[in-house]
Amino acid sequence: MAGKPKLHYSNGRGRMESIRWLLAAAGVEFEEEFIETKEDLEKLQNDGVLLFQQVPMVEIDGMKMVQTRAILNYIAAKYNLYGKDLKERAWIDMYVEGTTDLMGMIMYLPFQPADTKEKNLALIIERATTRYFPVYEKALKDHGHDYLVGNKLSWADIHLLEAILMTEECKPDILSAFPLLQAFKGRISNIPTIKKFLQPGSQRKPPTDDKTVAIVRKIFNF
Amino acid sequence: MSEKPKLHYSNTRGRMESIRWLLAAAGVEFEECFLETKDDLTKLQKDGSLLFQQVPMVEIDGMKMVQTRAILNYIAAKYNLYGKDLKERALIDMYVEGITDLNELIITRYFQPADKKEEHFATLLDKATNRYFPVYEKVLKDHGRDFLVGNKLSRADVQLLETILMAEECKPDILAKFPLLQSFKARTSNIVTIKKFLQPGSQRKPPLQEKDIPRLMKIFH
Repeated sequence: MAGKPKLHYSNGRGRMESIRWLLAAAGVEFEEEFIETKEDLEKLQNDGVLLFQQVPMVEIDGMKMVQTRAILNYIAAKYNLYGKDLKERAWIDMYVEGTTDLMGMIMYLPFQPADTKEKNLALIIERATTRYFPVYEKALKDHGHDYLVGNKLSWADIHLLEAILMTEECKPDILSAFPLLQAFKGRISNIPTIKKFLQPGSQRKPPTDDKTVAIVRKIFNF
Repeated sequence: MSEKPKLHYSNTRGRMESIRWLLAAAGVEFEECFLETKDDLTKLQKDGSLLFQQVPMVEIDGMKMVQTRAILNYIAAKYNLYGKDLKERALIDMYVEGITDLNELIITRYFQPADKKEEHFATLLDKATNRYFPVYEKVLKDHGRDFLVGNKLSRADVQLLETILMAEECKPDILAKFPLLQSFKARTSNIVTIKKFLQPGSQRKPPLQEKDIPRLMKIFH
């Protein structure tokens, strides 16, 4: 297990951002190699280091891991952020899949045609406030603990914080009806490793702007 | 942990089929409650049984589990189909996610707009034969073993077989260039629990037919 994990992706959030969050929260230092052109991606593909010709790819513990969920599952389990038993893992998985669906919608927003953006943004806000956030608010209310599962920090908490901050970028007062999530946000943001990641100069990536959209479209051909 | 798991979904493959496969392969008997109308779905939503208002939902071990991956992860771990350690799990997860991506192309082919159907189908066949199947053929070739990971049956093998059979429904000779996948298919199909699931009368669902699509759209849209 020598060397730091090495992340291969474009210099933007996309599908790699949740991996950056999880490593950072676990206090794991990592390196990044940014794909800037189509040729950079083709080189990786021709080198045979991308199992399905795709990124994210993370070099970790002697493996060249691909597939976002496989990478996240591995990091979560390795750093004890995946619950203490099968049942806790089941809950963490359910919660994470919900925040994945929500963040997935937000991730695609910059890439959608201008005339559908408003409609899609409205759908994101509706889903966030009526389908997803109520679930996490209720989970915290029901057990009254600081963390979503097992009274201990897990991947589910880190992923939820990431989703909250991303959704607030869409609508700053989106947590107005969710007092427990507001407190959760404050609390989890203050965990030293996470606090550090939230500071300027960290490896956290900014929201995707038009410039990044153009670069990503060129690299990945869509 | 007394009763049988109970599956809530429409009487179709969709996102529940991989769950049926895994339970069947693990030798676990299960019951099914089929959604036939929009009211059936609305009732489950109003009951508070669906964490994110969606199916699949599986009642298992006192939980009402939702989210296909969460359900599959739980079943795989519970029935020892998830490798023996973190590294085996990492490999299984990578293989399964690749299969899931191909699976997604296959199951969404019915729902493409008419003008995109042909292109989508061509992409599906191209990805199957140039991106996904070569990976699993190479895995089997490199270690020469019967199963994808750890020389033991895992969810990766079960899900690969499921997807191979669905891909063959799209193009019967799709495995023409993959001799090891052909023998993998035969071998894995012969595992007792899987063989049983592949027989008529099992809970395996048939391919979707065009005529079923309007009814499905009514329930879910």
